Parts: sequence; structure tokens; C-alpha cells
Amino acid sequence: MFEDLNALFHGFSVALTPLNLLLMFVGVTLGVIIGVLPGLGGANGIAILLPLTFTMPPTSAIIMLSCIYWGALFGGAITSILFNIPGEPWSVATTFDGYPMAQAGRAGEALTGAFTSSFIGAFFAVVMITFLAPLVARFALQFGPPEFFAVYFLTFCSFIGMGKEPPFKIMAAMMLGFALAAVGIDTVTGQLRLIFGWYELMRGFDFLIAVIGLFGIGEILLSMEEGLTFSGKSAKIDPKIVIQTWKKLPQYWVTSLRSCLIGCWLGITPGGATPASFMSYGVAKRMSKDGAKFGTGQLEGVVAPETAAHAAGTSALLPMLALGIPGSPTAAVLLGGLLIWGLQPGPLLFIEQKDFVWGLIASMYLGNIAGLIIVITCVPLFAAILRIPFSIIAPVIIVICAIGAYTVHNAMLDIWFMLLFGVLGYVFKKLAYPLAPLVLALVLGDRAEDAFRQSMLMSQGDVRIFFSKGLVGGIMGLSLLLLFWPVMAKTLARMRSPKAA
Amino acid sequence: MRIQHALSYGAMALLGAFGLSITAPATAAAWEPTKPVEFVIPAGTGGGADQMARLIQGVVVKHNLMKQSLIPINKSGGAGAEGFLDVKGAKGEPHKIIITLSNTFTTPLATGVPFNWKELTPVAMLALDQFVLWVNAESPYKTAKEYLDAVKKAGPNKFKMGGTGSKQEDQIITVAIEKAAGVKFTYIPFKGGGDVATQLVGKHIDSSVNNPIEAVAQWRAGSLRALCVFDDTRMPYKEKVTTTMSWNDIPTCKEAGVPIDYVMLRGIFTTPGATKEQVDFYVNLFRKVRETPEWKDFMEKGAFNQSFMAGPDYVKWLGNAETLHYGLMKEAGFLAKP
Repeated sequence: MFEDLNALFHGFSVALTPLNLLLMFVGVTLGVIIGVLPGLGGANGIAILLPLTFTMPPTSAIIMLSCIYWGALFGGAITSILFNIPGEPWSVATTFDGYPMAQAGRAGEALTGAFTSSFIGAFFAVVMITFLAPLVARFALQFGPPEFFAVYFLTFCSFIGMGKEPPFKIMAAMMLGFALAAVGIDTVTGQLRLIFGWYELMRGFDFLIAVIGLFGIGEILLSMEEGLTFSGKSAKIDPKIVIQTWKKLPQYWVTSLRSCLIGCWLGITPGGATPASFMSYGVAKRMSKDGAKFGTGQLEGVVAPETAAHAAGTSALLPMLALGIPGSPTAAVLLGGLLIWGLQPGPLLFIEQKDFVWGLIASMYLGNIAGLIIVITCVPLFAAILRIPFSIIAPVIIVICAIGAYTVHNAMLDIWFMLLFGVLGYVFKKLAYPLAPLVLALVLGDRAEDAFRQSMLMSQGDVRIFFSKGLVGGIMGLSLLLLFWPVMAKTLARMRSPKAA
Repeated sequence: MRIQHALSYGAMALLGAFGLSITAPATAAAWEPTKPVEFVIPAGTGGGADQMARLIQGVVVKHNLMKQSLIPINKSGGAGAEGFLDVKGAKGEPHKIIITLSNTFTTPLATGVPFNWKELTPVAMLALDQFVLWVNAESPYKTAKEYLDAVKKAGPNKFKMGGTGSKQEDQIITVAIEKAAGVKFTYIPFKGGGDVATQLVGKHIDSSVNNPIEAVAQWRAGSLRALCVFDDTRMPYKEKVTTTMSWNDIPTCKEAGVPIDYVMLRGIFTTPGATKEQVDFYVNLFRKVRETPEWKDFMEKGAFNQSFMAGPDYVKWLGNAETLHYGLMKEAGFLAKP
């Protein structure tokens, strides 16, 4: 432990040079911009800027790139809350309560809550990386296909039954999501499916395009119908809102802690930030005493997904450094960077490249602090965007959405798909079908399918593989408990009520 | 994209200002790019082809090998078919090149997507990637023979072989092993080589045929054991990689009694209808890339076979490789249209 602390302080001395501090602020600012633009995700942003860093020392280079990553994690929340457009996949769950808050004129509060929770999640994860890296890395190795499937199953189960919509509508939306997720190449057989001879379809429906369309364009269509105003227009701009929100946050400490744990777990395994945010939101809704009010603009509903997403995003770097496996697409690009700088990621990196590793870890602390300072000071500015008249901001949003959709695959067709998804989103809202299950199924559908079929190959078709070992059995058991909890709770209540009567 | 261009220009201006540019000997090249060149990667971010393409981009910027910038773009849809169709469709646009892996041959055969390497213009072979048979270091098998004997003894489908993708190089090699040794594995496809290595360290699978670069980190850390390399000669790198072994110490599978020889192309193509001057420009560019210390270092880390080919030699090699893949995939029953 003391050795680690020494190493960490050495790391701070490496990271705290004027050049590195400057790069940190540049990185975070760029990252926030990248996070705000949907489609131009952290992975793309880092890939674009990677060559710039080849002339820097490796430590400075990774400090700047990882700060872009922190910035993107922070930035994803901004458009989710203000316009119901998730800038990044992991901020979809943030829209559920963040956007209603903005509509009620509480955008500043929601933004402050989101940024602060992000910071707390990341900080928790960094502390864990500092002290538990070797231990945690070994835990990640326990995860084979059955365990991955169990984790995805748990995400679905923690999410089912949380909407107010009738179960059949939820099922219908979810099945549509699964069907869309199945388009393209099938990893297990190597065949193209559901493309009907149209080869443009073979890249499948990217989650981001669907989300930009369903949420962003769909919302604009609705607003147009409702008379060309954003209901968040009345947002008051008051710098004191930050302090007021901070006063409220400590009461959600249980939710925060739980979200940190969920985030770290999924970041390491590597489930990723997106399932982490969904699962954390779902669980918070179950556990919170205000659970029934989730979706109407609860601060807690912003805290839960943001904390988990940032904790997962940060801890995703751990398997990359310790095992050489990237926990997220961004981490994969960073991994490529490591190789180019002449560093070999893997179990020996911590031993052979002490300066680099501890410099990076120290920069995680500093980068997140820098990030928080930057975004918190900008809260009034971001909230003020809502004062711009709809007729001016709507075309800007549509253009940004289109650029975002194009950037994902550099394909024009995706812009048309985005518009189609926009119409679908509008129809869903008009008919009161929930969007969240569709999105969840689309993002996790093919991964869950791969893991399930890999497990079936391993066990020669025996479903008992999901209960064969303690870890996988435990996660599956927890999932089933969550799935049937509403039914069980009702039965229990019925059994008790005769006594009471 | 525009941000990227501006930044790349900025970086070059910066390099120029510091006088870091290495002036290449003035070969009278008749053609050179007049705008940024798109570098298509028919695979996802973080994989072998992606790493190599991004290294090349970095080397080109750092040593100022080209006036215009090189912009890697991942088009991985449909097992890489998206990238190939994109290049095939850009006839007469010389500002587009593609880096290939074995999916040049396997994807059209396995999926029936209409493209063939002959429809593109071959530029050069950069290197050949090796395949190694790996097991977990805690398993009792010290040689390929011991391992395959155990697989045979256990009976069909008892041992799990993990690999990247389905009906691609890893599964082709697996089928070849099965044929040569008279065994049967359960083949489990994963999305990327990194996943496969980790699954092997976690003992969720029994063996893999990862490329050296995909498994080197775990090998050095002592979690994996290399049994044999699928080539007719040993890898040439004699410097110790782990505490006791170099790449050269790994026996060939032929020595171990499984005569399988399979290497993967890391090559460059450009769009259909490119002129000789345009191809020559790229061939020269990659010759210069190969001279840089970063490239040499990368080759050694990944234990690549550093064969370089261009012109008719390369075309002939491609023809042979296509025939080879057709034969292997036909035998394995992987063809979409038999």
C-alpha cells in the first residue's frame, strides 16, 4: 500500500509539469466538444488526434489523450439534458430524468448533478485502480462467455418492468430492438443476415444513428408540432445553482455508492459504460423510495447513470493497462497508441514502465479535477443555450445530428436512416410506446446473442452452463430475482394482508 | 473530418518549422496526391490491421514522407466487405488505399458479397503475419504433439479452440489442424484477437491460434505458452522475448508433426483503374515507411515475416493465395456458393 502511495506521488511529479498541465486543459476542452457532438465519440476523437501525439513524449501524449476521454465522458451529458440528444451512448439513460428536469426549468441543477456525479464515479474508479489494480485485473479473467451473457441478462432484467407502459408495449419495443441489432454479419456463423441482398445494410444499424434519430430528431418533430418552443426556455441562469445542487447531492449517497460499484464492475469485465449506465438507472429506480417518480425529472435519476458511466469509463482503462485488453472502443484506440509509442501493454507494463503508468494514473486524478472545474464553471453558459429561440436552435441541432450520423461510418445512407429513426421516435411517442427498451435491446442485443451462442457452443447446447459455476450462477440468480421481484413482492404482500385485516 | 485535416496540416507546419523533416531523395515521381489520402481499414479499431494502419499514419507524419496527410477510416461492416466495396466503387479516385488481411479472400467466399481482389489495383505486400498455437501456461502440455495427443484421446468436441471471427483465417487453420492430426475441436468465434488471448488466459478456452502481436503481452507475462508456429521455417527473431525464449525458439508445426503452413497478408491495394505512376508513388511511399525505425521496431515486436513485394511478383503471390484459400475453404465446407 505504501509502495503504491510512493509510486503515486512520483506519478504526480511526472504529471505536474507546465506542459502536461496545459495539455490536460486542452485535452479536456477538446473532449467536451467531442462529447457534445453526437457521433463524433471519444474513440473517433482520439483516433483523429492520435498522430499529433507521436512527436510528444509518451507520458504527455497519453495524458492529453486520456483527458480527451474524460472530457468526452463529461460532455456526453450536456446535449442529453438540454435537448434529449445523447452525445454518447452511455448518456442515453441520463436523458430519462435529465431532459424532464430541463423542461421544468431545472437544467442548471441537472447539469451540475450530472457533472458532479461523473466526477465522483471517476474518482472512485481511480482510487480503485491505484490500490487494487493487480487484484481487480485477475477478477476480470474470470469472465468467459457464460459470465458475459449473465451480465447482459442482468442488465435486461434490472430494466424490465420499470416503465409505466403496459408490458406488451415494452416487449414490442424490445423485440424491434433485437431485430434491428441482428442485421449485418453474424459473428458465430460468419454469414450476412437480414440484409435482403442490399449490401449497404451489411454494417448493421449502428446504435448511435438510432439514438440520434429516435431521441434528437424525434424530439424536434414533437416540438414542431407543439408550437415551435422549447419548454425549457424559462431556465433561470444563476451561478448559485451549483452550490444549491451540491447541498442536495449528499442525500443520494447510497445511490452514488451503488452506482460506483456497478460502474467499476462493468468497466473492468469489460461490459462497458453503456450497460453500466442502464443497469445503474434500473437498479436505482427499484431501490429508491422515489422510484415511482423516476422519469419525471428526479435528480437521483441523473446521478445514478452518470456516476456509473464515468466509473465504468475510467475503470475500463484498467484491463487495458494490466491485461492488454481494451474495455471500450476508446481504450482500444489508446491501446494502438501505446504500441506506436513503443510501449507494450500487458501485465508487465506496471513493472517496466513505472513512470508512464503512474504518470497516467496521477493524470486521471488531475484530469478529472480539471474537467470538473471546466464544466462546472460553464453550467450557466450551457443552460443559457436553452434561451435561444427554437427556430434558430432546431436547424443547428438537425445539422449537428446529421454530421454525427455521417461520422459514425462516413456513409450518407446513415443520415437517411437517422431521419427514418426520427419518424419512428415520433410515432413511438405519439402511440405511447417506450423508446428505452428498444435502445437497450439494440445496443446489447448482438453482444448478448454472441455471448449466449458462444456459451451454447462451449456446453454443446446445455443450458445448465449458466448455473455451473458460482460466479455465473450468482449473477443469473440475481437477475431472475430482479425479474420476478414485482410478482414476488405482490404475493408476499397478499400473504401478509390477511393477518393485518 | 474537417477538424482533422486542419490539425494534420497544423502538425505538418509545426514539424516543418522545427526543421524535423527528412528530405527524401528527389525521385522524379510523375504523380503525387493533391489532397489527403483516405486509408481504409476493413476491420475494427484496435485489431492487427488497425494497429498497422495507424502506425503507418504516424510514421508518415513524423518523417514527413508525404505532402498530403493519410487518414485512416475503419469500414469493418460485413467482415470487412464494407471497406472493399467502398474501394471497388471509387474507380478513378487515386486518393484512396486499403490495408488488407485474409478477409480479402475469405469474406467474398464465405458471404457471397460480390468483390474480388482482382477488381482492385494491387500496390504492395508490406509483411506477412504469422500464426502460433497457444495454450495456457498452467496446462500440462509442453509440445504441440502432447497437446494434440490429449485432444485426440479426449474425443471429439471436448477441447475448445477460440479464434477471431467465423469462416476466417483462425477457423481455417483450426480445420487444417483437425484434418492433419485427426482430431475435432469445438471452435468458438470471438470478435477480436485480444478477446481470444484473454479468454485463453482465463481458461475459458483450451487453445488459440493468435497472431504473435495479439498474444505477446500474455506470453511475456508467463500466462501463455507457445507450442508451434504455422510456417515452414521458424521466425527469425532471436532476441529473448520472455525470460527464457525468443520467437526463434518456437518450433514450426511441421517439426511437431503437423505440417501446416499459413501466413496472412498485410498488403496494400488502391482503387480500380489507378495508373502506373499512381501505384509507383504508393510503392515508393511504403518502401520509405519500411526504412523507418518505428516500422522495424513494430515488425520485431509482432514477429512479422518482413517479405516485401510489388508489381508482378505481388500479383502472382495474390493469385496463389486466392487458390489456396479457395481450396482450404472448399474442403472445410465454408463456401457460400459451392
